[in-house]
Amino acid sequence: MSGPDRLLLSGNEAVALAARDGDITLGTGYPGTPSTEILESFARLGGRAQWAPNEKVALEVGLGVAYTSARALVTMKHVGLNVSADPLFTAAYTGVTGALVVVSADDPGMASSQNEQDNRRYAVAAGVPMLEPADSQEAYDFLLLAIQVSERWSIPVLLRLTTRVCHSKTVVRPAGALGPSNAPATFVRDIKGRVMIPAYARPAHRRLREKLARIKEWNETHGPNREADGDRSLGIITAGISFMHAREAAPEAAVLKLGMSYPVPLEIIRRFAGSVSRCVVIEEGDPYLLEAIRAAGLRVEGKPEEYRFGELNVDRIKRILAADTSPEPVPPPGKPPELCQGCPHRSVFSALRNLDCIVASDIGCYTLAVLPPFEAADTCVCMGASIGVGLGLRHALPPEQARRVVSTLGDSTFIHSGITGLVEMVYNPPKTGHVVIILDNGTTAMTGLQEHPGTGRTLEHQPTGKVVIEDLVRSLGIASVHVTDPAANPAAFQELVAASLVTGDLTVIVARRNCLLAAGRIKEYERSAAREEILENCLEQQD
Amino acid sequence: MTNIVIAGLGGQGVLKASDIVAEVAFRAGLDVKKSEIHGMSQRGGSVTSDVRFGERVYSPIVPPGEADYLVVLSPDQVEPNRWRLRKGGTLITPGAIPESTLHNKRSLNVALLGWLSVSLPFPESAWLETIRQNLAQKLHAANLQALAIGRAAAQKTLSVPNP
Repeated sequence: MSGPDRLLLSGNEAVALAARDGDITLGTGYPGTPSTEILESFARLGGRAQWAPNEKVALEVGLGVAYTSARALVTMKHVGLNVSADPLFTAAYTGVTGALVVVSADDPGMASSQNEQDNRRYAVAAGVPMLEPADSQEAYDFLLLAIQVSERWSIPVLLRLTTRVCHSKTVVRPAGALGPSNAPATFVRDIKGRVMIPAYARPAHRRLREKLARIKEWNETHGPNREADGDRSLGIITAGISFMHAREAAPEAAVLKLGMSYPVPLEIIRRFAGSVSRCVVIEEGDPYLLEAIRAAGLRVEGKPEEYRFGELNVDRIKRILAADTSPEPVPPPGKPPELCQGCPHRSVFSALRNLDCIVASDIGCYTLAVLPPFEAADTCVCMGASIGVGLGLRHALPPEQARRVVSTLGDSTFIHSGITGLVEMVYNPPKTGHVVIILDNGTTAMTGLQEHPGTGRTLEHQPTGKVVIEDLVRSLGIASVHVTDPAANPAAFQELVAASLVTGDLTVIVARRNCLLAAGRIKEYERSAAREEILENCLEQQD
Repeated sequence: MTNIVIAGLGGQGVLKASDIVAEVAFRAGLDVKKSEIHGMSQRGGSVTSDVRFGERVYSPIVPPGEADYLVVLSPDQVEPNRWRLRKGGTLITPGAIPESTLHNKRSLNVALLGWLSVSLPFPESAWLETIRQNLAQKLHAANLQALAIGRAAAQKTLSVPNP
């Protein structure tokens, strides 16, 4: 497909464009900053993109696509890879027939995350090749390359982005279409290759290691690794966005920039390290490259421990090169975000504060209720943890404290990882009962108003099957289920919570009112769905 | 290389403003990088966006004390961001726009871009075209007016010789 030869795109938009140019059959994932815009952009470009209930399901769907001759793209933020790690590790054994590219968008510095885990470790742990783009051009180029690597060696490929790559706009010159996948998709039975019983998994593991050895060989000679010539007194080994900062921080230095950072091309590194008098490894996050290079017996410098935390930038790299460990300047604090005025979550957390509840909370806008004036969140760990953590607190605390424990989580978070928590609640109920409040604002608000299975609309806001939360909850055998608008009568809502806390029953309150930012759009989607339905009925009657 | 930092609060149009600056520079054929942090910033908190352009740009982040221009949309965000400005750099604040001249207060971001645009080496036509392409048609009139007000205010201020 032809288009403009020069574009200004974010890294996420560049991945989406490459997904179109690379003829990706299906893109799926779960929204998560900084990865969310990839699938939305891909859909706008005409690609087939859909939200999954969580990253594990997304990766499994992608794997199914890639067991045919088709191409799948699966996107998520870094912590999403924890959720989908289970299928990923065994997908590395089975391999794929078409292509499977998994995007992990890491968040060094935690701009919008609960941790800053370094997912390069996953490439090593699962045994999948990893590409690390440094800007939007490479985000485009490397997705196309990832498809080729995946098809050539029949292996899932990890495309590891970071916040600065995802959300920075830089110039892209698209290379053009990759050539179509082997359409139409076909199924070829390969029981020993895809059914991972121990007898078939043992040889599969050996096959994986052989593939990785061949990919390493290719990476040494044909991989996307570049050397920028410079003064040989200082050599820098780097990858991803750190390359950009390093080039500016030390323009005179020789630089080895790794594009495929697993399997690590150690021979290239050995030659480079041997050609410079001082060799420093510059990488954000964990000392991943440093450890691999040192384990190969090479003498290279790393960064002082304090630079493991947060993003790197030009100034910090100058300090690393100068071995400067003096305290870093701390920028003045900005204004923290807050729950919007008129946000329906406000009345929920006012009530919980008034009732002096112990609040096991979760991931979403409502995590902001931890800040003043509410200060009504006591735990926040990972998607869905509110229910399990709340139950654990109830089990361990003396009854008078246990009765104050409440779990709060959003509608999208509930669908993502809260359902199994409720199953646990039914199966192992605390002696004091429990109260779960599902904050149903009709959207995935925090990541920018994405749809989910509970809204009954697709990624592109078209009507589809809808999971009705209260029906699902009742189907588990939970007798005390309330659906109420917390903002319509805040005092009544508080009374409902207070009453539920004393009954000792297992209670689920669905606090339902549309997000203020989404309400207008939701109405519009509903109107347009109603119009379509009327039109269809008319057409049927004419038939 | 030219370094610009735009700062304000979530919902003020910081990202839209930086998109417009970046695109104007991009259309001039320059290398451009624009960077910001999304996410939590949407909920009324501080937002900043960096735009850098020139022959070749590496890092997308403007280093501390290297911004040639600091454009601030909310008066309370001036002090938290002043450290980003270089010595002798230009600070552009809402005070630069005569109060109550804007048809729509939400166009303050574009009015301040108007002020900035007078100092940048791009023709007015590029700004007009980029604004039209980046905003919905119903917003064109208010924003083109805002751009003109910002440009006029800057021309008036910049034509006064330093005492």
